[in-house]
Amino acid sequence: MEYEAVIGLEVHVQVKTESKIFSSVGVGFGAQPNSLTDPVVLGLPGVLPVINREAVEKSIKVGMLLNGSIPRVTKWDRKNYFYPDSPKNYQISQFDRPICSGGELEIELKGPSRNVMGEHKTIALTRAHLEEDVGKLIHLEQESLVDFNRAGTPLLEIVSEPDMHTPEEAYAYLTALKMLLIYGEVSHCDMEKGQMRCDANVSVRPAGQKKLGVKVEIKNLNSISGVRNGLAYEIERQIQVLLGGGTLVQETRGWDAAKGMTYHLRSKEESHDYRYFPDPDLMPVRIDRRWRERLRASLPEKPFDRQRRYFDQYSLPYTLTSVLIPDPELCHFFEEAAKRAKLPRQAANWIVNNLLGELGKAGLTLSESKVNPAKIAQLVNLIEEGVISKNLAKERVFPEMFKTGENPAAIVQAKDLGLSESAEELEKICSEIVQANPDTVAEVLSGNKKAINFLKGRVMRATRGKANPALVGPLLEKLIAEKG
Amino acid sequence: MSGPHSIDIDYVAQLARLELTAKERERFSGQLGDILQHFAQLNEVDVSGVEPMAHAFPVENVFREDKSEPGLPPEKALENAPRKRNNMVLVPKVVEG
Amino acid sequence: MPGEIHFQTLAQLQEALASKSVSSVELTRRHLDRIEAVDGRVQAFNSWDEEDCLRQAEASDERRAAGKIKGPLDGIPVGLKDVIAVKDQPLTCSSRMLERFVSPYDATVTSRLKNAGAVLLGRLNMDEFAMGSSTENSAFKTTFNPWDTSRVAGGSSGGSAAAVAVGELPVSLGSDTGGSIRQPASFCGVVGLKPTYGLVSRFGLVAFASSLDQIGPFARTVGDAGRLLQVIAGHDPRDSTSIDTATPDYSKALAEKKGPWKLGIPREYFAEGLDPEVKEAIQAAIDWYADRGCEMVEVSLPHMHLAISVYYIVATAEASSNLARYDGVRYTHRSDRAEDVVDLYFKSRAEGFGEEVKRRIILGSYVLSSGYYDAYYLRAQKIRALIRQDFSKAFAEVDGLLTPTSPFVSFKAGEKTRDPLAMYLSDIYTISANLAGIPGISLPCGFNSQGLPIGLQILGEPLGEANLLAIAQSFERAHDFIDRHPNPSPPD
Repeated sequence: MEYEAVIGLEVHVQVKTESKIFSSVGVGFGAQPNSLTDPVVLGLPGVLPVINREAVEKSIKVGMLLNGSIPRVTKWDRKNYFYPDSPKNYQISQFDRPICSGGELEIELKGPSRNVMGEHKTIALTRAHLEEDVGKLIHLEQESLVDFNRAGTPLLEIVSEPDMHTPEEAYAYLTALKMLLIYGEVSHCDMEKGQMRCDANVSVRPAGQKKLGVKVEIKNLNSISGVRNGLAYEIERQIQVLLGGGTLVQETRGWDAAKGMTYHLRSKEESHDYRYFPDPDLMPVRIDRRWRERLRASLPEKPFDRQRRYFDQYSLPYTLTSVLIPDPELCHFFEEAAKRAKLPRQAANWIVNNLLGELGKAGLTLSESKVNPAKIAQLVNLIEEGVISKNLAKERVFPEMFKTGENPAAIVQAKDLGLSESAEELEKICSEIVQANPDTVAEVLSGNKKAINFLKGRVMRATRGKANPALVGPLLEKLIAEKG
Repeated sequence: MSGPHSIDIDYVAQLARLELTAKERERFSGQLGDILQHFAQLNEVDVSGVEPMAHAFPVENVFREDKSEPGLPPEKALENAPRKRNNMVLVPKVVEG
Repeated sequence: MPGEIHFQTLAQLQEALASKSVSSVELTRRHLDRIEAVDGRVQAFNSWDEEDCLRQAEASDERRAAGKIKGPLDGIPVGLKDVIAVKDQPLTCSSRMLERFVSPYDATVTSRLKNAGAVLLGRLNMDEFAMGSSTENSAFKTTFNPWDTSRVAGGSSGGSAAAVAVGELPVSLGSDTGGSIRQPASFCGVVGLKPTYGLVSRFGLVAFASSLDQIGPFARTVGDAGRLLQVIAGHDPRDSTSIDTATPDYSKALAEKKGPWKLGIPREYFAEGLDPEVKEAIQAAIDWYADRGCEMVEVSLPHMHLAISVYYIVATAEASSNLARYDGVRYTHRSDRAEDVVDLYFKSRAEGFGEEVKRRIILGSYVLSSGYYDAYYLRAQKIRALIRQDFSKAFAEVDGLLTPTSPFVSFKAGEKTRDPLAMYLSDIYTISANLAGIPGISLPCGFNSQGLPIGLQILGEPLGEANLLAIAQSFERAHDFIDRHPNPSPPD
């Protein structure tokens, strides 16, 4: 029997703010244990929360980027449950009036090869709501330690509909979501720092069946590939259970990345009665038209929209866009170069194929680069105008420019790398080379066409590389033919 | 205990993480039964169309600006902790779940 | 300074300090002496730190000598209910759970008192986590009524009321969730004011029921209550429920507002269960207002009879969540019998909470639990809206409502502890003000045949404290109840 998997994802994203969601102590990762707390974060007796405006605004922006519906009034509720990482034993979250309802996310599946764009799909979303993060537990042999540094970090939970069917779709979903959130400057989305975390709900059913199968929730999916691998394992496990005549139980499973398998955490009978009720300490937030419009005006172009524009406006090939698009800073760099370059596509080429490689080798980031967009554009233009050969540009000009940050035109001049302009002079040199190498000429004439490369090399050496290779070949052929 | 004005005391005590003695269970069941019976008067009122009141004084859009200030030093933060180690609160083993 | 310094009003003490006829150190020491003398019988205090108080008093005297006083309360001893945070002082809420808790921060009202120069003197006893009407639910001690120490001081702010009544403090702060300032004020024969919800910051007030709690003053005169309110009232950015509005000058308002007023008598407050002697005293007060030209009208608050049910649903639901943080993990009592962390919760909470707190946590968890939310909590919130509406209608017509504060005078310790429902029902006259968020004041309006004080409650519209104080003060000035002081007899 054929089985189909149904997948829904719950993604928690830490919203990028300076201070916590309900109090003014700073947020951060990797600080000394319990050094980022205050009475509010610790839930000491008597404290009260006051919501961070930035966290609300950024969450609304996410809702808008996801094409969700932003309510006129949103409010916060208490989700009551006991756990040692939860300072108040209730989490301030949103129950019936989330900051965003519905919405969708455009994703791109893996193409048949790296050079070919994959299929695009739209995944439906349920909602997104803003809540507070909890602390962190460190488990020892017999005891556990609690660090509350993470507690109170603004956390946006983005819930998808059960609208995905393969681990690849889930992978594509997370990749697209991360890209969108980075574009919106709403989160760093670094999964290693826990800034983006994912739980997956997955079930399988016989292909064609409408009714959903038994749902299993997988936790601890700590990387985007972890989500793919965990789902792949779990889907196969569920299918095998069914094929073996067994039945599945609703449960929560963990993902052990080292062993590459999921394991039972708890069964669903222990399901929670969270006793949600409106938090009396927090007032509702009304999102009026003016506020909405201001936020909408601040939204960035979405990644896939930008990619489509790059195809149309700059005729960039898919491979170049697939390097540029995920990195908004790189896109900005490219567009600045494209504004000044006669061939924007060549600018993209230089950035993707040369600049990024050199930066990588040097261990530098783009912002540390001495090469700026204007210099890339100038380099492209020097080649396009025939001032310099592409070869020399690559071998002599670019490395120098990368090292010193000097203008390409200045480098060309200082090193005298300009193409020799006089055809007469070039013909004279070629003629001398032909005269001086009768053996090679004879070889060419006897049918060994490749032998001409030796003569080309001689010409380039004689001109110190400044000869235009496009002219040298035909010229030599003409001179040899005259000899024949 | 069952009936219209009774409370599943064990379930609720479980939710509230309260260990009750047999005596407390019995006493609370009786007393809370009486209280719930009294609450039944609320069913007499027609509340259709009434907006629930969550706050005594209606205010909206109360925000903090996103500015950070120093918090408590770890020693101070854990001053009242019953047990601690390495600037963290020590608790009996937590089974992940 | 003459004789009984401890029964002088705040106004008199301010004058004495200003004229340097007494120093803050002397004032503080005399109050400490009074505490030493009578607190064994009244048990108003959970703790006080004599050295620390005297240090504060010395600092005040130095400021005054240098002509740099900080504010109107400079050098005046003020006591706080043990539910309001003071940095580096205990904050027990009269609970085993927080018996050893020391606050690392100041409540907003505490900062305001410090900024006004007050000498913070001691932690005042209360019902555990402010749950109760007699202070018998304190895990540490019962506060007795200074007028008859076999009787209760009322609650939950019993310590704050009794301490002011017996002259251990000129003024104090309490908190009122369903009458916890006004009822003990009435039992102890002092003035107690519950402000409009949102007038005084709750930051640093340990929450019982967040949408109902308010901090307010106790004093021996209406004017003094206004003076203390002046210092603590006003917008606080750390409390989202705090009202952002300018605070009126209450003393100025008291001097200007002379009436006559249009006053309402809510018929529902004079139904069955009202003690005849209390009824008589309240009637006399009503007659007094009528005699001096106030227009008296009967008003109706049709949802009043539902207030107790609404209150005990809303309050216990919020409490069940607010008190979840006391779990044995971070700063509370921790059971040493626990085997794992879940067990730690169950046992620490069983050991740390008293019976009334447990009862309310159970009730509150129940009304929020799956399947019951709509029937109880949501319905209660809707009826709460109707109760507020009743008051809005009434205040469209009148300046204030006159009612008894409590259906009866102080009762014998132990008399009502067995029947929680009966105890809950006794809050009938006070709780609707909390539900509606309106201010209410209780002031002495007589004594019964056994010499026990009776309290008159005046309710006003939101942010109508100035009016309320003026209405109350006109009555107070025409009577001599404030001149009578209890003298708690030594134990038999």
